[in-house]
Parts: sequence; structure tokens; C-alpha cells
Amino acid sequence: MRGALTVFRKEISDYFSSKIFIILLALIYVAGLGFAFLSIQAIKSAPLSTDQSLLVKVFIDEMFFLKLYTVGEIKAIMTFNLVRFFGAFIPLIGILFGFNAINSERNSGNMSRLLSQPIYRDSLINGKFLAGITTLSIMIGSIILIILGIGFRAIGVPPTSEEILRIFVFIIICIIYGTFWMSLSLLFSVLMKNVAAAILTAIPIWLFLTFFWPYIAPQLANLITPVTEGSSLAVQLKNISLSVDLLRISPFILFYESTAAIVDPTLGHLALRITESDLSKMIASPLSLSQSFIQIWPQLIVIIALALICFGVSYIVFIKQEIRST
Amino acid sequence: MNINIDTVSKNKIIKKNEMNSENMNENLIVAENLTKQYNGKSVVSNLNLTINRGEIFGLLGPNGAGKSTIILMMLGLTEPSSGSIKVAGYNSTREPIKVKRITGYLPEKLGFYEDLTARQNLKYTAELNSIPEKELDSRIQESLEIVGLEKNKNQAVGTFSKGMKKRLGIADVLIKNPQLAILDEPTEGLDLKIANQILENIQILNREKNITFLISSHQLNLIQKICTRIGIMSRGKLIGEGKIDLLGRGLFAEGKYIIEIELSEVTGNIIEQLKKIDKVLNAEMHDNLIEITCDDDVRPQISKLVVENNLLLTRMNIKDSSLEEIYLKYFKEE
Repeated sequence: MRGALTVFRKEISDYFSSKIFIILLALIYVAGLGFAFLSIQAIKSAPLSTDQSLLVKVFIDEMFFLKLYTVGEIKAIMTFNLVRFFGAFIPLIGILFGFNAINSERNSGNMSRLLSQPIYRDSLINGKFLAGITTLSIMIGSIILIILGIGFRAIGVPPTSEEILRIFVFIIICIIYGTFWMSLSLLFSVLMKNVAAAILTAIPIWLFLTFFWPYIAPQLANLITPVTEGSSLAVQLKNISLSVDLLRISPFILFYESTAAIVDPTLGHLALRITESDLSKMIASPLSLSQSFIQIWPQLIVIIALALICFGVSYIVFIKQEIRST
Repeated sequence: MNINIDTVSKNKIIKKNEMNSENMNENLIVAENLTKQYNGKSVVSNLNLTINRGEIFGLLGPNGAGKSTIILMMLGLTEPSSGSIKVAGYNSTREPIKVKRITGYLPEKLGFYEDLTARQNLKYTAELNSIPEKELDSRIQESLEIVGLEKNKNQAVGTFSKGMKKRLGIADVLIKNPQLAILDEPTEGLDLKIANQILENIQILNREKNITFLISSHQLNLIQKICTRIGIMSRGKLIGEGKIDLLGRGLFAEGKYIIEIELSEVTGNIIEQLKKIDKVLNAEMHDNLIEITCDDDVRPQISKLVVENNLLLTRMNIKDSSLEEIYLKYFKEE
């Protein structure tokens, strides 16, 4: 444990003093604050819109403050708001924290020197993993809380206690999601000797699952269960159901569903199925936090399980890997 | 710098020194029937090796001979397929942490965190060794002074030359005050001057700090200068072990001594007289030298004979083979 803590301290210190980390942090802050600014502008201009608009509905919503994170076209998966921004870019941070964790130590010749010190072998991987999660948590937590502070000042409406609680749950989901991507890239860093190969494997997986799969999945569903003008309701439902199931292969979609239910309690698990006309007919009746949890736990459990599987495999492979002096 | 040593510390040092002298003949490393197989192929087979405290032991052999695997098994980084290896009485497989606590290791491909300074790198090693915070600075300073890098302690390791990195590697080994230091190719890639400096450091540390050294190297002539004993590895087997001169005698003269003498002039019957000395087996003229093969060291009898014949002895020595000759011979004989 002591060895893992020493590795943890060193890694944390490395992250916070590295140029890549500072640039990444600055990028996340600038982009996050940019989205927050757009949300604030949208919320401020909402009373001038028509009664039928989503944003007016927002104002009669008890969970008004949370709209800071969701204002935008929430029904359309590929349109960006702050939640989707996190969904798309947290994986990138996770990947960057994990892709060279083990292979760079091996390539630089540090591995055998480190493991010849009186520490257990798993101290190295555990320490690095914990340091990655901690840094990820600090990055995500700080930007979300900064947005909360700025939003409070700009809008002038304080968040309710449930909203604060929901924001904390949102932070935790973001961290779990980032942990999954970090575990995946850690796995590549254990399996692949070449640092470039590890990142060049992780990045395309992220791009595919985050940006391409949401387009491919519905097309696949249409291929399997084609829907024509004369299709029955059962066929149409089957098509939608299949499309949603296929979409859920992507961790991005699982994250999106989880966070959507937390930061927009009126949507719940309908987030993926809702249409423009449905939305206008909906009565703003937010779910309680416990009801939102019921909606999201399967998605959340899957993300946690994926993270654990990736880390578990990395751990086992690393422990069994042959250490060479050259 | 004035160093105050209180009575308790003095007693500890005296006791430690007494223990050291008592331990000089104690076995530090004992390998028994050590075997390592990868996919059914033996990389190390039935190795029996003993290294005593205070020795500088050279482990020699070509690439793939199994030297590094032995070192890794010694450190508990890889498990033997059968047999056992103990360091200071600790089983490397079952008690690797205890072994690593008293063993310093300089790997062949030595790596440091290039963006960190020499001091920061050593501090990390010290922390991994649970060295108390109050001792950190003094230990780092002492280790850097021994290898002559104290002026570079705040310099990023990325700016270091290969020689400086090797020296830092030795400082990294010393930081934990090891009983055993395992150095894998410590002089490889270094110019002769730096290599000699490093070897000199090793000898001083061996003498003054009673650190036992296990050196794995290809640079035979360099290693020959400092090793008290060597082991020659080939295809996973220890094919020769012992003091260099004894190894050479065993190999080139079947356990016999070969004494070379040079005289001011060679008279007709001196060679015949030499042959008559007890335990002398043969005496032959080679160029200006007389080569005498014998069962024992008969140099006093030879000197006496030369004086009795009113000749001048200009040179006399026991012919020892260089490590390179031994090494080449062993591998040629395979």
C-alpha cells in the first residue's frame, strides 16, 4: 500500500507539472466555459420566446438551474450542449491519462529499476490508476463546479439542494465514464509495447463509438427491421427498440442516457426515443432523484462493469507479464 | 563538514564492523538446482551457485546465456521453474520484498525520468524504499557524492550523458545502503576513462562499505581488473566458476602451474637442471623465455638454482590466462 501511495504521489505531481496536462486543462476550461456562456445566454433570452418553446417550459420547471448543463437540442444526440461536450471529451482525457502508463515505463527502462525496489508489482499499476482517477476527478469536478458558480452569478437564481445533489451525481457519473476510458487505454498500454500503437488504437475506438456509432446504429436497425410507410406499429416499435439497443453498445450513449436523466429529470430514459412533437406535448413533471436513479442504474452499472473489466484485465496481464532487464 | 557520532552510534558502527568481518565468509547468494523454462525450453538449467559476502563476482556469458534471468530470479521478478535461490537467507520467490530491501539493481537498459532532476529521481527511489524523510537529503547527497554527481543534482536527467546516467544508476543503487549490488553491464557504452572510474568506485564501495557486487558483463578485460571470482554462463549452464587464475590454470594447463622466466643468458644445461627440480614436469625454451610446467609453485627453488649457476634472473612470473582467453576458450570448446 505504501508503495502504491508513493507511486500515486509521484504521478499526481507529474500530472500537475506536465505541459500536456496544463494545456488539456486550459482547453477543457475554455470549451466548458464557452458552453456555459451559451447556456446562460439561452436561458436569459428564454422569456422573450413563445409560450410553446422548450425554454419557457424550463422556467416553470423546478429544476431550472440544471438547464445550464442541458440547454440545447437535447433530443438530438449529435447536437452539443455541456453534457454532450463532457460525453465526447472526457474519454479523450481518460485516454491521455492511461495510454502510456505502463509501456512508457517499460520502454524508458524504468520498469525493471522500479520493480527492483521493495514494492509489490501491483503498486505500480494501482498507484498510476488511482492518480489518473484523482486527476480526472479534479479536472471534471472543478470545471462543473466553476460553471455552477458562474451560472449562479449570471442567472441570479440559486440552485436548490436537490439540484446541487444532482450536479454531484453528474460529476460522479462523469468520473466513472472517464475511468472506463482510462482503464481501456491502460489496458492498451499494458498489451502494447509501443506507446504510439496504444494511443492509435484507443483514439479510433473513441471516435467510432462517440461520433460514428450514433449514425451507424439506426441504419443497422433499419437494415435488420426495415420500416416503410405501410409498416405496422409493431414493426416500427421493433425498429426503435433495436436502434436503441444497438446505440447502447456505445459507452457514450450509456453516459448520455445516465446524465440526461440526472440533469434533465423530465426526460428520464426517454432521452433516446423522444421526438419534437412528443416534447411539446410533455408535461413538466420532473422525476425525483431516486426515480432518476432507477432510470439510470443499468447504464451506470454497465459503465462501471466495463471500467472494472478493463482494469481487471490490465492488472492480471501486468502481474503476469515477464519483466526483462533490457 | 564535522560529523558528530554519539556513543550509541559508535557502538553500532563497531558492532556492524565486527559483524561484517564475521560475515566475510558467509554465503550471501545461494542458488540450488535453479531452473527456469520458457515454453518448455530451459533458459537456466540446474544452476548451483554460491556467492559470499564481500565478493565482487563477475557473471559472464554471451547474450541469451541466462545471466539476466538469474538476476531477475534473484530479485523475485520472475519465478524459477524449479530449484531455489536465496539472498541473505531470504527466498527470492517467497520473500521478494525482503530481498529487494537489501539489494540494489542497476539494469542493463537503465532508465530515469528525464524531465526530473537527479535529486528528484533519487528521492523517488528513496521513498519507494521507505527511507525516513529526515534521512532523505543526507542519503541523496552521500550517494551523489560517491559517484561524483553532487554538482549536477538539480540538473534534469535528460541532459545527462550516458556515463552520468550510469553513475546516477549506481547512486540509485547506493541510496538504500544495500548489502548486495547487482550491476548488469555497468560499463557498456562508456569510454574507457569513465568505465575505469566506475570500476574504481565499485572497488572502493566493496572495500569501504562491504557491499557484495554481482556484475554481469561482456567487457571481460575491464571486469577482470576488479572481480574476485567469476562464473561463466553458456546456454543456461554455469560452465566454469572460480578465481580467474585458477580457472585459467584448470583450462589451459590442466591444473598445473606455468612459470615463465627470463635469464641474462641461457647456458646449455640450465633447462635440464630446471627439469630436475621437484614437482617440475617440463621446461622448454620459447623465444627468450623458459616456460616451466609444474605441479606446485616452485619459484623459490628456481631462484636458488639460477643464483647457484651465477646467472641473472631478469624476469619470473606465473603465467595466468586473461579472462578473455578463458572466455574464448570455454566458448570455443562448446
